[in-house]
Amino acid sequence: MAYAEHHAPQSFWTKYVWSQDHKVIAVQYTITAILVGLVALVLSDLMRMQIGFPGRLAFIDANHYYQFVTMHGMIMVIYLLTALFLGGFGNYLIPLMVGARDMVFPFLNMLSYWVYLLAVLILMASFFVPGGPTGAGWTLYPPQAILPGTPGSDGGIVLMLISLVTFIVAATMGGLNYVTTVLQARTQGMTLMRLPLTVWGIFVASIMALLAFPALFVSGVMMLFDKLLGTSFFMPAMVSMGQTLAYKGGSPILFQHLFWFFGHPEVYIVALPAFGIVSDLLSVHARKNIFGYRMMVWAIVIIGALSFVVWAHHMYVSGMNPYFGFFFATTTLIIAVPTAIKVYNWLLTLWRGNLHLTTPMLFALGFISTFAIGGLTGLFLGNVSTDIPLSNTYFVVAHFHMVMGVSPILAIFGGIYHWYPKVTGRLLNETLGKLHFWVTFLGTYAIYFPMHYLGILGMPRRYYAYPNYEFIPPSAQYLNAFITVAALIVGVCQLVFIYNLIRSVFNGQPAGPNPWGAASLEWQTPHTPPQHGNWGPALPQVHRWPYDYSVPEADADFLPQTSTSPLTIDEATHGHGDKP
Amino acid sequence: MALAIVLIALLIGVVLFHAASPWWLTPLASNWGLIDDTLSITLLITGAVFIAVNVFIIYCLLHFRRREGHEAEYQPPNKKLELILIGLTALGIAAMLAPGLFVYADLINPPDDALVVEAVGEQWKWSFRLPGKDGRLGTSDVRFVSPANPFGLNPADPHGQDNLLVSAPELHLPVNKPVKMLLRSKDVLHDFYVQPFRARMNLVPGMVTYFWFTPTQTGRYEILCAQLCGVGHFNMRGYVVVDSEADWRAWLGKQTTFAQSQLQPATPTQALSGDALVAQGKALAQSKGCVACHSATGSAGVGPAWLGLYGKQEHLTGGKIAQVDDAYLKEAITTPNSKQVEGFQPIMPKIELNDQEVNALVAYIKSLSGKGGEQAAQK
Repeated sequence: MAYAEHHAPQSFWTKYVWSQDHKVIAVQYTITAILVGLVALVLSDLMRMQIGFPGRLAFIDANHYYQFVTMHGMIMVIYLLTALFLGGFGNYLIPLMVGARDMVFPFLNMLSYWVYLLAVLILMASFFVPGGPTGAGWTLYPPQAILPGTPGSDGGIVLMLISLVTFIVAATMGGLNYVTTVLQARTQGMTLMRLPLTVWGIFVASIMALLAFPALFVSGVMMLFDKLLGTSFFMPAMVSMGQTLAYKGGSPILFQHLFWFFGHPEVYIVALPAFGIVSDLLSVHARKNIFGYRMMVWAIVIIGALSFVVWAHHMYVSGMNPYFGFFFATTTLIIAVPTAIKVYNWLLTLWRGNLHLTTPMLFALGFISTFAIGGLTGLFLGNVSTDIPLSNTYFVVAHFHMVMGVSPILAIFGGIYHWYPKVTGRLLNETLGKLHFWVTFLGTYAIYFPMHYLGILGMPRRYYAYPNYEFIPPSAQYLNAFITVAALIVGVCQLVFIYNLIRSVFNGQPAGPNPWGAASLEWQTPHTPPQHGNWGPALPQVHRWPYDYSVPEADADFLPQTSTSPLTIDEATHGHGDKP
Repeated sequence: MALAIVLIALLIGVVLFHAASPWWLTPLASNWGLIDDTLSITLLITGAVFIAVNVFIIYCLLHFRRREGHEAEYQPPNKKLELILIGLTALGIAAMLAPGLFVYADLINPPDDALVVEAVGEQWKWSFRLPGKDGRLGTSDVRFVSPANPFGLNPADPHGQDNLLVSAPELHLPVNKPVKMLLRSKDVLHDFYVQPFRARMNLVPGMVTYFWFTPTQTGRYEILCAQLCGVGHFNMRGYVVVDSEADWRAWLGKQTTFAQSQLQPATPTQALSGDALVAQGKALAQSKGCVACHSATGSAGVGPAWLGLYGKQEHLTGGKIAQVDDAYLKEAITTPNSKQVEGFQPIMPKIELNDQEVNALVAYIKSLSGKGGEQAAQK
């Protein structure tokens, strides 16, 4: 792609709205995802009000409660986390980190965002159809998802499925772009083993998304057929509410297999970019090379591959053939090994570092702590016999919120505090950032740590209320009220973050080109924020890996990837891996 | 520094919370002590790792935070250390997985002499079936389900004729005898979950699933549905009563067989009145699953609460106001959703009841409003 061909767009509309520039599309994705995430945040606080103070808010009846639960879950997993990591961070960082002028298919990239926006609008529309949005739980298990008895079983579920299918179209366009760009558009000297771990995480997550989302796509289409055309893919013969239904011969468990064949890789589609971002934040702000870079790369690749053979650990009590349990418990516990390696290597990166406790670093450290909890409780749920008493209780809720709710969100916050100066040229306010960190980190601990214990007690999740259950002591209600108060505080605190984001665009301290002294390529652009085409007349030349911090005898405490200094311990340059 | 102090406090806090927590496993009431043991092993290993990770972070924060003159060390890769860590992790994982799989092998293999009991789930109630003398359950299929045959038993199957049908959501089991639960759903997914038994399984329409356990403590235990089954999910409750062998036999003797249920008219014909009628209504509200949606305490539910309902003015969708009296209740029960109360969904199933049963339900609902309701309705 010659620089001369890359004319910068001139008008406001082509520059900021119908833009094909990856940086603008990244911001569009990010803002949309944050806005829809705020909707999901409000829904979560409303449902917590019902759990903590049952009946206090009269408008939350059982129907609304299940609708809030469902929409909160789906929005957070798909429309916030997936979109923000791949569409937001992926779009912004991949071309800048690999030394490209843009994504290889800029038009497709633009289309990806607009189709994503369409999916969001379809989803939001389901709040306004008769019967409201679906209340089937984010897993949308049939038969109940499309039968009366579940709120939103008409318009709500149809719009949900159409929105998901639309989202997958957008994610596929984006994913193809990200994968091709990493493979084809790396600048001279940027071997795969010199990519920052952020790119590795997003790259592998994008490949996984391309392989996993089709399973959700087909199950969505099949359920639409069951709902609208009367097919019986997932619907056996049933008597519902005293009526014998026309369905026969379908399998509800088939849906669960398809859903989790997507759903489990989805956990890592969210986690791998977070792993990558945290690795880079720790290295930059500890002024130290990431420990065991090659092992970190292989761990990402192995986790990505293994995550396709663990899905049925979500189904130990589903009624599937019980012998599957042996296989899936074993694969699930094996995946803990590469995951543990990542945690060790983050910790060893801190060892004898020079820890700059900036806001991004605080979030990265917070991530290690919350991810450790989430990962370790996963061992309870992955090991089939310990999962059985805990399945579908609040232990599960606490586990997955720690591991794929709180942890990725902390990584996102850390990433935004870290790269905001490159995007806007200004720093976010550190005081507000630290306030945001402390309330969010301690608040989420207060919410989710005690919640595990309610699950061990046996409180089932997705209960609108717990009227007169004898085995639940009254003290559980006090704990639930405490958790709700913590959730409300954390929820309100996110406004501090939003305020900081908006205010700092105009009033933030000017950042300069490289405020953190980072070595990776995106900080070496000739302009900050980078202009259209990113690199000016000449593409950068890469001579080393992105982790040369505190190199002995070097002039500065970091050597950018473009530096030609012979000093380095870069494994790829001096080890056996020096192949393009 | 602040972070180090907070992490130390956090670590002490969670350990104290764990030690002091009154929220823990309910006392075990089945043979699955091994599940609890596996949980303890897992907790021990993961707890140690959790503490180690946090202590390491705290140590680093205290010793390697940014200070005047402090520099980071440039650290070469260390294959040996990584291999040791991989080995240790693999060991820890194996220590959790191996006992877990051994327990699981037991969990999925019920003993041959286990008592076979069937639980049937539907939105939002439980019912049960036990075998007769031959110890076998007859075949069933949803296409046989009708008001007269709510379990959907195959009328032509001789093994089904002596099966005992329990339509009230309360199952009695003998203590210390292995039970193989067969699970069947008429409509959507459900889950048979009695926390003190530990073992459990989903009910899946279109197939029969199973699990087994041996109750070891007599007592009354709550059955919870633990797989989202629609808007009444949180109130789909039942009970397992674990009896001594003698008590259980006595209970068993009171249950009707499938053959009996097909011969007799569905309900006794003698006209009840007064308290007996109310009591019959209360029992029906339980066994027909009404209580999943209509609370007798006035707490919010899927349908209008019954406490104080009789005699009330109900706002219907479309702006009309209806007086809740006998005629209104009878219509609401026999032709559900014909009138729609504002704020509720039209999802009430039609349940087959004879006139006497409808009267009993109305009497019960009436009794929940006292004399005041009676007077208001007559105005």
